[in-house]
Formats: sequence, structure tokens, C-alpha cells
Amino acid sequence: MRNTKPLGLAAMAAAAALTLTACGGGGGETGGGGETGGSGENVRIGIKYDQPGLGFRDGEEYTGFDVDVATYVANELGYSADQIEWVESPSANRENMLANEQVDMIFATYSITDERDQTVDFAGPYFVAGQDLLVRADDDSIQGPADLEGKNLCSVTGSTSAQKVKDEHPGVNLVEQGGYAECVTFLESGQVDAVTTDDIILAGLASTEANQGKFKVVGNTFSEERYGVGLPQGSEQCEAVNEAITKMIEEGAWEEAVTANTQGADYSYNEELNPPEMEPCGE
Amino acid sequence: MAKTQNVLFDVQGPRARRVTTVLNVVGVLLAAALAWVVLGKLAEQGQLDAAKWSPLFTARTWENFLLPGLWDTVRAALLAVVLSIGFGLLFGLGRLSQQAPVRFVCTVVVEFFRAVPVLVMMIFFYLGLGRSGLVESTNAPFWAVVLGLMFYNGAVIAELIRSGVHQLPKGQREAGLVIGLTPSRSLRMIELPQALTAMLPSLVSQFVVILKDTALGYIITYPELLASGRRLGAGDGNILQVLLLVALVFVLINYLLTALAAWLSRYLSFRTSGPTRAAEGPLAAEEAKA
Amino acid sequence: MSDYLTDFASLFEQYDVLAAFWVNLQLTFWAAIGSAVLGALVALMRISPIASLRLLGTGYVNLFRNTPLTIILVFVVLGVWSQLGVSLSSDFNQNFFNWAVVGLSLYHAAFVCEAIRSGVNTVPVGQAEAARAIGLSFLPAARLIVFPQALRGAITPLGNTLIALTKNTTVAAAASVAEISSLMKTMIEFRPDVIIAIFLVVALGFVLIVVPVGLLTTWASRKLAVKR
Repeated sequence: MRNTKPLGLAAMAAAAALTLTACGGGGGETGGGGETGGSGENVRIGIKYDQPGLGFRDGEEYTGFDVDVATYVANELGYSADQIEWVESPSANRENMLANEQVDMIFATYSITDERDQTVDFAGPYFVAGQDLLVRADDDSIQGPADLEGKNLCSVTGSTSAQKVKDEHPGVNLVEQGGYAECVTFLESGQVDAVTTDDIILAGLASTEANQGKFKVVGNTFSEERYGVGLPQGSEQCEAVNEAITKMIEEGAWEEAVTANTQGADYSYNEELNPPEMEPCGE
Repeated sequence: MAKTQNVLFDVQGPRARRVTTVLNVVGVLLAAALAWVVLGKLAEQGQLDAAKWSPLFTARTWENFLLPGLWDTVRAALLAVVLSIGFGLLFGLGRLSQQAPVRFVCTVVVEFFRAVPVLVMMIFFYLGLGRSGLVESTNAPFWAVVLGLMFYNGAVIAELIRSGVHQLPKGQREAGLVIGLTPSRSLRMIELPQALTAMLPSLVSQFVVILKDTALGYIITYPELLASGRRLGAGDGNILQVLLLVALVFVLINYLLTALAAWLSRYLSFRTSGPTRAAEGPLAAEEAKA
Repeated sequence: MSDYLTDFASLFEQYDVLAAFWVNLQLTFWAAIGSAVLGALVALMRISPIASLRLLGTGYVNLFRNTPLTIILVFVVLGVWSQLGVSLSSDFNQNFFNWAVVGLSLYHAAFVCEAIRSGVNTVPVGQAEAARAIGLSFLPAARLIVFPQALRGAITPLGNTLIALTKNTTVAAAASVAEISSLMKTMIEFRPDVIIAIFLVVALGFVLIVVPVGLLTTWASRKLAVKR
């Protein structure tokens, strides 16, 4: 099918671009070859689109801590901001997207676990989060999961972290919703007393303009979630990504990104574990 | 309908009219009182604050969230409609086939997909397609929505086609056979075209079902209207207000489609010997003709 | 192959599939009663002599029939429970179950109403005229003459609505009810190796519930059809 005429090639490229935009539903610039490496091409980065403070899409504007770290790392790898093609990667699809090479890297509250390490590679971690509780700003009665006996707790449907709390404290009433935004609405109205998931996700929710000052993160984490950069198995970029993250931390840009994205949430990260040490690559 | 309705009661006399008026006023007052209590509660919770409502009417809300979401809803629904018509034709004709084994297989397939909840199919395709690598996992939610809708609604349409053909007057088929057509040619040339015309309103009603069911896509992260609305609500802290708006958009579109189906059924009743009453599908509404 | 079957069997030990199905059946049962009562009431309103009631009935049907069920279920919990603070049970989980039943009833009542109305269409005008002639006013005429015949004519669409309701209970997860579809999602996420088997179990479960209902309504609609 090689067509040597330049016009034919251009037409084919145009057609391909059209199809791609049509399929992507306007998801930004369309990718070039997709292979990692050269600075002349785009890099496809998977993020969450629906988590304010971490990865959030507002038209063509992408905001959040994950986005900031991803932009910094991509920049260090030789991609300018407009060479980044953002792709939505919901939790259930992250491994698949890496295995099928539809993204080059994933920054999407992606905890490094042994199980996942078997199918994908991880660089980082770039943040160590932990399961925590979000409560109303004036509520001092809840300091940790033990205080939840007889209280109402909200999390998203099928969340294992919430189930863990319920298993350990059977007196907890658990309500499950489609998203954390609903949980925050419940919390504000007083029907639930706490929302649980990773601390930085809670902080991100609480720091949106509408929620600022209304909630606080308890700050008593009871698990350790190391957020890594998901890479396709056998990727050669792990070292470079680690270097970029280390540089970001040393330069102070990392600290800035955390602060900027959790403003107004009365939140401070776990300083014993953060900023994190990079783990060696290639295990 | 209108006839049955009117003979059930006399035109109200002066006394009954007075009673009705009084009751109407009482009803409106009760409703207003209820609304007052509800609005009071909402105001107490801060849900009536201008800050929660005014973002709904900005260009950003529509350009960045709702319109792209609506487009994704319509895109999936349209493709699902086309595919389910294909599926429906294939299996609907299969169920009318002269070959017993073909009929049997098609019956089993149709009954199976009619019985399985759309959401269950969507979850299966979403998680299954993503893993199998058959489609790009970025597109897995889209295809899961489309396929889930296709299998269910295709089965419903297959049933519509079968019942449409069965509901034609017997004379149509007999006339076809008398002029020397084989049963299958009579089916294709005489019965099916009329059955299809007769079922067009039902098809439009089925489109309402499909459009509504795309909203299940948010559960499998397909960025349709409901999902986009929730994302917007998550960012702006006004999810309740956004949901209300999204519901309104759905009601409006579906209401128009339902009205179209009703109009079609009246318009087409002159063009076929079959009954054009809309909707026979499990979820499809029995269309009002009053 | 036998390995696969063992894997598959372990699934039932790990997850309580039957209990989840039982939740769906309970939802179906209560919502069927709720939507039947509410739907009959709305149908009555739509054929009543009072214009304002007819308007109310029409508005109800158009509103609830055209809204996605998911939105209704999210709304009862998000709007009514969380904002207005209306609880339907002192037990925390029972409250959500009850709200899911309310949401399912509200939605399906619109379809029940339309099914009954289509049944009313099958009643010949002569029946209503005869009822009027022997001096029955609207409510007795509707209750004694029209509705009994209309219900017989409405069996097929009513059965279809019941089937739709059974399947739609899978959306109740949106109102925080742990039922089969959310369990299925969890099962697939943790046991992707037996994804096909999981799907087939859930799908066949519904086939087992739905097909008899379909056969029963077909049989009943023939048996009870008013010969004219």
C-alpha cells in the first residue's frame, strides 16, 4: 500500500488524523508514531480526568498534582508541554493501557503493588500517600478509623480501602457512591461523618474552590500507598523518570506542586515518607 | 382511547366544577407548601446559593463538559441504533426462517440477550475487551456501551420484526403465495417492507431507550453526558445542580423523540396494513395516541 | 478444563453470589408492588374527569419515563436523603435499600401506567357506555367495569415492565445497594482469569428469573384474554 506520490501520502495522513480525532472525541493533539524517545514526537500520558487536585480535565486545560509531576517529568525527558497528549486512564484500565502500549506512561494515583509489578514497570514513587479520612472542618471527634464506630462513612463503589475499614470496625456504616464528589456532598450535608481514600485525593477534593475551608484531612494515615509512574513492561525510561522526579524534588518544584494542589484543605503530607526515595529500577 | 375516556363520565356540571376548582386551589396550595419546605431545607444546606447555580449557565460548562458529553452520548446511541437494527434484522428474519434449526438458534440468542441486564453486558465487555486487546483500551468503554446496547436492543428489535410480520393481515402473505412467490420471497418482498414501516414508531421509541441507557456508561467510565456532568460537579462542588440539569436535557431530548414516534405512528398508519402502534419492547413505552 | 472448573467453584466460596441475587429479587418484589400501586393510581388520574389530575398524570409519565433510571436513583439518595435528610429506615443499609425501591417504583410506575392505559384501549366503548347506562359514576365504572378488563388486556406490557424491572435492579448499586452487578464487577476485577464464567453465571441467573416470567405472562395473556 506504499504510495510514493507526496499528495497521496498527505491525503492518507489527513484521513488518518481525521479518523483519530473522530475516535478520540477531541482528546487533544493526535499522536505521531507513538514510540517513546525522540523529542520530535508526542508523548502519551495517562491521567485521571475526574479527580480535582490530582488529575482533572476542564476543556483543554489539565490540572492537578499528577499532571504537574507528569509535565515536569515529560519536560525533563525532552517533551515540551504541547507535545504531551493526555489520555484518560480509569483505574480498571491502567494495566491494559500499558500492556497494549496505548500510553507511554501513567500518572494516575497508581499505587505500586507486587501484583501490578508483574505486568507493568514502575518508576518512582513520586508520592507516598496513605489511606486517611476527610471530615468536616469543625469536627474534632474523629482522629482515626477507631473513632468511626457507629458513624457513617462514605467511599466509592467497590473500594477495597473502605471495605477494609468496615471489616476492622464492624460498627461503621458504609455508604458507597459512584464518585467522591457525592461523598463530599453527603459529608457537607451531615449525613455522613467521614469520607475515606488516599489522603492526597481527599486533600485535592477539599481544595476545590467550592470546598475550601469546609473540610479537613485528619492526617492520621493508616496505610502506605506509593504512587508510581506506570510504564510498559521492559521500558527503558525508568531511570530517566526517576532522575527527573529526584530533580523535581531537589529543585523544590515538587513541594510547590503539592502545596498548590492541596491549598485550603488544611492538609500536610506525611513527612516521614515524603518526599519519597526513588526505588531502583528493573526488578 | 379518547372515546372510552369520554363516556366514562359526564361533562362536569356547575357544582362539580366548583368542587374541582376548590380542590385544585387546595392542591396547588399544598404543593406550594411542600415546595416551600423543600426549598427551605435546600437553602439551609446552601444548595440554593447563586455560586452553585450560576456556573451552569456559563460557556465553559457547556463547551468543556456538557456538549462533549452530549456528543459522546449521541455518538454511542447512534452507532448502537444502527448496529441493533442490523442485529435485529438478522435474528428477526432468522426467527421467521423456514429452517427449524435456524429458528431454534435465533430464538435462543434473542431470548438470552433479552434476559440479560444491559449493565451486566456493559461491565463484561468493558473489562473483557480491555483485557483482550481487541479494541484499544482507551476505546473499551465506548465499545462496551455500544455492544451492550446493541445486543439488548437488537434482540428487542428482532422481536419487533417477528411480531410485526405476524401482525400483518394473513391475506398479504396468501396473496403473495397466490401470485407464485416462494414463502421467503413473499416475506422479503411483501411482508417485511410493511412490517418495517409499521414498526418505525417503535424503533424511534427504542431509540429513547437506547439514549437513556447510555447513561449506564458512567458506571464503566464512558464520558457520556451523565459522566461529564458528574466530573463538572466534582470540580465545582455543585453535583446536585449539575445532575438536575443533565436530567432536564435527557427529558427534553427523549420527550421530543417520543413525540416524533407518536406523530410517525399516525402518519404511517396509511402506508401499511400492519398496526403502527408504537413500542412493544419491554422497556419501550406503549405510545399514547390520545 | 477441570482446573478451570475448580477455579470457578472457588469463586462461589469466595463471593456470596446467591445472596447478591437474593437482593435483586427482593428489590424486584417490593418495587413491583410499589410501581403497580403507583402506576394504577397515575393511570386512574390520566383517565379521570378532572383536568388538573389528567395534567398531573401526563406530566408524571413524561418526566419519569424520559429520565435515565441511574439519575433517578442517584437523585433519591443525593437529593432527598442527603440534602433533605429524609430517612426511610433507622437501619443504615436498609435505608438505601428502601430508597432504591422508591426510585425503581417511581421510574417503573410510569411504564405500568402506560401499560394499563394501553389495556384501557382494548376495552370496547360499549362496555363503558353500558356502565354509564346502569348509572355508575366514574370511579365505580372504572373499578368494576373498565379496569378488570383493561388489566387482562395489559398483561403482556405489564409482564414486559416486570421483566425490565427485574433487570433494572442491577442499577441499584447507584443508590449504594450491594447487589449482583457490583459484585460481578468486583469478581471480575479480582478474578479476571474466569471472566467468561462470571459473566455466564450472572447472565444465566437472569435468564432463569426472566424467561419463566416471560412464559408466564404469555400464558396468562392467552388464558385471560377477553374473547370478543
